Amino acid sequence: MDEASATEPDPAAHGAGDGPAAGDAGDGVIRTRALTKRYRGGQLAVDGLDLTVPAGSVFGFLGPNGSGKTTTIRMLMGLIEPTSGTARVLGHPMPRASRAVLPHVGALIEGPALYGFLSGRDNLLRYDAADPTADPGTRRVRVAAALDRVGLTAAAGKKAKAYSLGMKQRLGLAAALLQPRRLLVLDEPTNGLDPQGMREIRSLVRELASDGTTVFLSSHLLDEIEQVCTHAAVMARGRLIVQGPVSELAAGAHGRLVVTTPDTGEAVRVLKEQGVAGVTADEDRVTGEPPERDLAEVNAALVTAGVRVRGFGVERASLEDAFVALTGEGFDVAG
Amino acid sequence: MSRAESLTVRAPSPLWTFGLLRSELVTTFRRWRTLALLGVLAAVPVLVGVAVRIETKGGAPSGRGGDGGGPAFIAQITNNGLFLVFTALAATLPFFLPMAVGVIAGDAVAGEANSGTLRYLLVAPAGRTRLLLTKYVTTIAFCLVATLVVAVSALAVGALLFPLGDLTTISGTQISFADGLGRALLMALVVTGSLTGLAALGLFVSTLTNSGIAAMATTVGLLITVQILDQIPQLHAVQPYLFSHYWLSFADLMREPVYWDDLVKNLELQALYAAVFGSAAWARFTARDITA
Repeated sequence: MDEASATEPDPAAHGAGDGPAAGDAGDGVIRTRALTKRYRGGQLAVDGLDLTVPAGSVFGFLGPNGSGKTTTIRMLMGLIEPTSGTARVLGHPMPRASRAVLPHVGALIEGPALYGFLSGRDNLLRYDAADPTADPGTRRVRVAAALDRVGLTAAAGKKAKAYSLGMKQRLGLAAALLQPRRLLVLDEPTNGLDPQGMREIRSLVRELASDGTTVFLSSHLLDEIEQVCTHAAVMARGRLIVQGPVSELAAGAHGRLVVTTPDTGEAVRVLKEQGVAGVTADEDRVTGEPPERDLAEVNAALVTAGVRVRGFGVERASLEDAFVALTGEGFDVAG
Repeated sequence: MSRAESLTVRAPSPLWTFGLLRSELVTTFRRWRTLALLGVLAAVPVLVGVAVRIETKGGAPSGRGGDGGGPAFIAQITNNGLFLVFTALAATLPFFLPMAVGVIAGDAVAGEANSGTLRYLLVAPAGRTRLLLTKYVTTIAFCLVATLVVAVSALAVGALLFPLGDLTTISGTQISFADGLGRALLMALVVTGSLTGLAALGLFVSTLTNSGIAAMATTVGLLITVQILDQIPQLHAVQPYLFSHYWLSFADLMREPVYWDDLVKNLELQALYAAVFGSAAWARFTARDITA
């Protein structure tokens, strides 16, 4: 109802808000150019960031602790003024257009923050009252819907200080879902949740994305990014290392051909003959770089040579492999 | 301009700011800490009233003359309970009331920053200017409520322990009890006005830090410093510019006719403080990086 009640005609044909994010497809829902933040004291937190988040994507934002992810998110949300460079969110410059942009953005930044002395419901009522575009007439209904969506209806009347970390996290998510959003910025959304809660959040993210909401997700859980994200970017030491579709990023680290067989010696010989590079044998597994030629022929060659093949296939490289290959370091687990 | 129109939303109602203000007021006055401060303030007139009652139990002569020390009007309480209102205001204005205001004002922005709720209010987006204005109005509302709590508690205790009736002004004239009540209310409003300068100062301090405790302590520390400076005779040149200098001028409302000079000077000074520190708070808060 909020977006439909837009009265002004929309000459720019950006869809007046219905068909979320449709108008930003060419531009990127988030687009930064040479975005830089140097804190007082000279520390360079973000260094010339060129980030483009395509509309409708679930965008994973990765990087070790202290790599500038949070500073970037704060600049995108208008909380921090960039030292230089520009950031556009939903096509508008930030932080200048905060008032136009932020009602369309739901955010969970560096964990939830709540008024401990208020109930979960009252926390949401307060945050909703701070949004100038929120209709006070539907406030209670929307708050109840948001609580229901994150599974907190039963605990809505409890004081927030009595909430567990996972419940606080859910309440923070509920605050981001008080209105229909075109962009969700979720910083570590599954932090503190149990496996069941993580699954729920992941399916919630997928559900939101299928509604057309662009989701910008930072996480330290690489497999989580891999499971839900269509695109990803990796930051290290304030710089953007790489960005693109997850499938391409993982492909960058190359998959490996894996043959499971009791006849490892013979398999190694045949694979080398077939042009497989970097062949290594480990117990009953023989692995190597997949060759250019058809893998079916490689398999046929093995069988012809009398190698008893139990398993044959290409193991896709994980995002973690890609990450390690890109940053040359392990992934710090965020606290 | 066409791009700006691509983000159409429900136009904010002009009354939205009042929705934010109501939320702010409810949040502030539901805090246990706010209620505790008000409770302490309500207890002061009870203590004063009971002390005066015990002191004069043996039929000690009333109206010994006000030179015996203690807050203004204290000697007249036994004649008329309404004087307890004036006494309680005079007793709480130098320290208890401004300390409570310092706590609320100091915590206004810094407390939200400390708990992290500030960033969520700003991405809602509440708007920095509006949020600051809301915080200031809420602090002023607290000043008013705190003063009224003192006054009403004093009136209740005064009515319970002492006779009520027509009263004698400082100038020696008689005024009716109703007139006296009116003046008591006017005094409460003037006392509220006296606190607005400190409220602005506290709010400014609150925008400087992410620690609510530090902001409260600094504001209360400034209050104590200023109160001490106001007592040092050698500093008489700067004293007219200290926000607390004319605070006790509210007693002039009990003259007949009312002596307005210091009352007006007081309110002018408060307006000056509110303008200077309000602007400073605005300049600081709207330009600040929110990293908490």
